[in-house]
Amino acid sequence: MTTKTWQKPLLAILLALAIVFPMVAANDYYIYVMSLAYIMAIAAVGLNLILGYTGQLNLAHAGFMAIGAYTVGILTVDYGVPYWAAFVLAGLLSAIIGFFAGLLSLRLKGHFFSIFTLCVGFMIYLIIEKWDGLTHGTVGIIDIPAPAGIGPIRFDNTWSQYYLVLFFLVLSLWLMSRIVHSLLGRAFVAIRNGEDLAETLGINLMRTKVLAFVLSTFYAGLAGALYAGFVRFIGPAMALESHTFDMIAFILVGGIGTLFGPLLGAILLTWLTQSLQFLQDYRMIVFGPLLILLVMYFPQGLIGYWRQRQVRRAAASEKDRRLQRSALSSRQEVQTNA
Amino acid sequence: MLEAHGLTKCFGGLTAVRDVTTSFEKNRINAIIGPNGAGKTTFFNLVSGYHKPTSGRIVFDGQDVTGLRPDQVAKLGVARTFQSTNLFDQATVLDNLIVGHRLRTTSTFWDVVFNTRRLREDEHRCRAKAEEVLDFVGLSSVAHHLAADISQEERKRVAFALALATDPKIVLLDEPAGGVNPEETLGLAELIRKMIRKGLTVCLIEHKMDMIMSLADKIVVLDHGEMIAEGTPAEIRSNQRVIEAYLGADYAAA
Ligand SMILES: Nc1ncnc2c1ncn2[C@@H]1O[C@H](COP(=O)(O)OP(=O)(O)O)[C@@H](O)[C@H]1O
Ligand SMILES: [Mg+2]
Repeated sequence: MTTKTWQKPLLAILLALAIVFPMVAANDYYIYVMSLAYIMAIAAVGLNLILGYTGQLNLAHAGFMAIGAYTVGILTVDYGVPYWAAFVLAGLLSAIIGFFAGLLSLRLKGHFFSIFTLCVGFMIYLIIEKWDGLTHGTVGIIDIPAPAGIGPIRFDNTWSQYYLVLFFLVLSLWLMSRIVHSLLGRAFVAIRNGEDLAETLGINLMRTKVLAFVLSTFYAGLAGALYAGFVRFIGPAMALESHTFDMIAFILVGGIGTLFGPLLGAILLTWLTQSLQFLQDYRMIVFGPLLILLVMYFPQGLIGYWRQRQVRRAAASEKDRRLQRSALSSRQEVQTNA
Repeated sequence: MLEAHGLTKCFGGLTAVRDVTTSFEKNRINAIIGPNGAGKTTFFNLVSGYHKPTSGRIVFDGQDVTGLRPDQVAKLGVARTFQSTNLFDQATVLDNLIVGHRLRTTSTFWDVVFNTRRLREDEHRCRAKAEEVLDFVGLSSVAHHLAADISQEERKRVAFALALATDPKIVLLDEPAGGVNPEETLGLAELIRKMIRKGLTVCLIEHKMDMIMSLADKIVVLDHGEMIAEGTPAEIRSNQRVIEAYLGADYAAA
């Protein structure tokens, strides 16, 4: 209960910090890196819905992000479609392909599902790499137009693009907050806890899991579409499973199955990677042990750990109050008896 | 209330339940007993739709429910608990229970996106139901505790509460008193009687004979998947086949 009262001010402060960030950042490069972290966070928030809340490890997530990015790349560069139309189509196409992929893959459970989606992701990668005529193959797509301006606002520099990405990040978190705090979100969590129990509570397993899958691929598609308009160059490698593993790392560090975990993880790990740039590939020597320590001592991630402490403290103080009350009433009883 | 007709379930070469025909009456406590591996849990899995029977029929409340999915059976009013209950340890006890009543609500994904009145009413009803069943099982005081922090016996009660939150007509309890001390077992037995007073029908699997004999109105005995006897506790206690297969001479004498 007490967590609720200061959650709103905390969120307002965080949002204010995000808004002033470009003004205090030392140079545009920092703004660029932060924008990328936000885009990856949007994708990770989507992955967290199917992985963290519903308990299904989908390893094709980067593939769906690539589908979104390529939809924008192909439509804007080769067919002259306006950016925002392509943006909407990117989300829809990812979700539609996600629907069919989900329908197929979610027949499998546990590890089998994960291995199947690993193959789905690799198929997406192969299709992008081999289908030269449509996707420009290994060369990738260059010169993707930046998001078109809306009214008087232009998105042609790093600053304005930062705010555009921030806007979509807030929107994504807001919608996700609605979903996971609703009865539907509780149904997702019930499936993660145990599919047998969820089913006996009247939850239609297949329908609910497919819905979570489609929503998560929709997020991936939109994140990919933003990425295409922001980085303006895309290649087949973005569909590789190693990018899914990056997102999984964001989720694990920040807090699996928590609303803000993926965002916190994306920001922390992006900046850690940046600051260890000088180590080149040896930075994995730092990363690996850090991740292991974190999973050992904070298996719920940073936010998960913090939230657990909040609930424990609230329960303890409630118990204290009850004990005090009963001590008081028993003392009164003694007095009246005497 | 609940009838099985020639119910059979084979797993490959093994027949876990063989040609069982029996019925459970409304508002009674029915018990299924038998040695380990007798097919008791499999019987529950068949009734709750988790396994499709190899042959035979299941009739619930006059309706043939053979072959329905578990979520469909649940909506008709069959609730169950499992031998071990998986709660979401990182959430509070109350939070664990709210989803239990969702099957009686109608809001969809679009209600979630637009935060409609229907959704808010549904969520309110689910929360109220969770509080009601938590009170019913006597656990209101741990409502805001993490599920990870409650005792084994409290977990059993939460599992009962979760089943009750679905507004069932019949509750199937799989070894509700497993891993619980004798005193707590008495408490759980009292809770089962309370469910009957509320108008529910109970069917339970249990190994604790004292509890069964004092609680059950009707007992069904399974052995190697076959029903070897059914009847009142007195009839079961004096049944020669049951004594040989399961109870042993000690218990029959008592
Ligand atoms: N899903 C399954 N697949 C294969 N065999 C099973 C399955 N479920 C149960 N069995 C077998 O069926 C028999 C009955 O098991 P069960 O119903 O769990 O017994 P009980 O609950 O009476 O101890 C056992 O031999 C068990 O190994
Ligand atoms: Mg069993």
